[in-house]
Amino acid sequence: MEQVGQMPCPLVKEEGEGVKWVRKELRGMDGRFKIANREALIGVALALFNFGWWFFFAYGLGDASPEDYSYVFGFPAWFFYSCIVGFLVMVALVIIVVRWWFVEVPFDEEESS
Amino acid sequence: MNAVVVSLFIFLIIIFIIGFWSSRSLNQVPEDSFLQEYFLGGRKLGGFILAMTMIATYGSASSFIGGPGVAYTEGLGWVLLSMSQVVTGYFVLMILGKKFAIMARKYKAVTLIDFLKGRYESKAVVLLAAFSIIIFLFSAMAAQWVGGARLIESLTGLNYTTALFIFAVSVLVYVIVGGFRAVALTDTVQGVIMLVGTLLLLIATIIAGGGVQTIMSDLVAENPNLVTPYGAEGNLTPAYVSSFWILVGVAVVGLPQVTVRAMSYRSSKAMHRALIIGTIVVGFIMLNMHLIGVFARPILPGIEVGDKVMPMIAQEVLPPWLAGFVLAAPMAAIMSTVDSLLLLVSSAVVKDVYLNYVNPSATNATVKKWSFTVTAVLGIFVFLMALNPPDLLIWLNLFAFGGLEATFIWPVVLGLYWKKGNKYGALASMVVGIASYIIIDQFFPSLLGVHNVVFPIILSLIAYILGSMMTQVSHNPLTDQPH
Repeated sequence: MEQVGQMPCPLVKEEGEGVKWVRKELRGMDGRFKIANREALIGVALALFNFGWWFFFAYGLGDASPEDYSYVFGFPAWFFYSCIVGFLVMVALVIIVVRWWFVEVPFDEEESS
Repeated sequence: MNAVVVSLFIFLIIIFIIGFWSSRSLNQVPEDSFLQEYFLGGRKLGGFILAMTMIATYGSASSFIGGPGVAYTEGLGWVLLSMSQVVTGYFVLMILGKKFAIMARKYKAVTLIDFLKGRYESKAVVLLAAFSIIIFLFSAMAAQWVGGARLIESLTGLNYTTALFIFAVSVLVYVIVGGFRAVALTDTVQGVIMLVGTLLLLIATIIAGGGVQTIMSDLVAENPNLVTPYGAEGNLTPAYVSSFWILVGVAVVGLPQVTVRAMSYRSSKAMHRALIIGTIVVGFIMLNMHLIGVFARPILPGIEVGDKVMPMIAQEVLPPWLAGFVLAAPMAAIMSTVDSLLLLVSSAVVKDVYLNYVNPSATNATVKKWSFTVTAVLGIFVFLMALNPPDLLIWLNLFAFGGLEATFIWPVVLGLYWKKGNKYGALASMVVGIASYIIIDQFFPSLLGVHNVVFPIILSLIAYILGSMMTQVSHNPLTDQPH
């Protein structure tokens, strides 16, 4: 796949080249894609966890009548745990996941600008 | 008042300097990579700039002016809703992630449409995608121009036409001279202004309100619903609020202005940094902005127009020069959204339509001339539209965000991760996504109590899968003849 010297727009000159590439890569010939797939699944898992935390504290604790709310640092408890603590937890999780599970892979193989 | 104008003026000067400074890198690149440099900054963005440009593009007028205004009216329930955007900080980059970066380089893709062209090899997919980007983003952009001009108008007292003119000239000059890199760099400056500005304003607002505890009891005294997750009238249902996780959360993966950034970074190290920085910054800004809106209520009761909450509270609780600096934040948000959209629409015209189908053998000099000309002409055209915005424009703008998501999310995501996905699936998904969104928006708004975007996204998923499965046997991607 020598594309050096071509124009930088995606000129897929040979027919089906792009599709072939997808097929080849998806068959697992490129280890980078295994990493990418795993990291995408981690992203989905984080989002589900994020949503669960947010929903559970907001509507779990916030369902009481406002007179019965307890307060943390001046905020209603549901808000404090769902929005403030939830945000901090997500930041911590993203840092942990990226530092320990995400793998650095090279992007460029043919074009180095 | 004067200090406000001076601060804004200084802000605009800084933006100009950055634009001209980055234009030097445009002149230094080899002739044949002009497109990549102009529309994508040469794929050289580092982690910090990447995070900031994604947030600044995404956090538009609505999050800085409209959002706090609604939070003022609805109370903490709206802050809860806005926190669904934290997910965008990591989700977009994790999902598109390394795969998108690798594939985009493989296809030498400079725009989202290049990626779709490389993946599906279908003229119909490319033209449909270009068409929806041009229509939806153009309207979204014009509406932002109206917002930007209104903000200048309210801060300086100039009339609307003059304000719009100032806004248009500032945006156009640096988008035309600097291209994507200038836009990304100014986004970064603007992102930092937003970050610092909202923090200062939040602190000043809490002090002016007598502390969080006092503010909360003032809110309860006025209307206890303001401190519940259900909104001032109690009509923010969990289903409705949760559906914003799709509209402004995970489905943002399909927005072209966001995806183009996911192919612009230098290395996976930059992407990792951007994941962390992006999550922190987007959550911080969203939480602060919307809390300011809620906290403003006991301090300045009875504001009728939501859009005025931010400017009024800033001028109330901060010294004038600082208020000017803080109000540069929404200005920054609007400008950085507009410049990205302008560049994207211009790339759709020049690259995706002109170079692909009108004149594929255009020389670099011609492409360069076209890029500058189209960007300038589009800018002038938007200016004319914004002078007297037609009703259709306002409707299209409200529609644009969800419309683009319903169009692009599955062709992009499943195109990356599902090998059986093909052009028929992509076409079916785009058509069903747009059509069902229009139908639900017009005839069945808030179906089952969720936002209108939810069902079109589900339907377009089904269309993608069915479309691809039904054409598997007769149209194997390996033997399929493109064009």
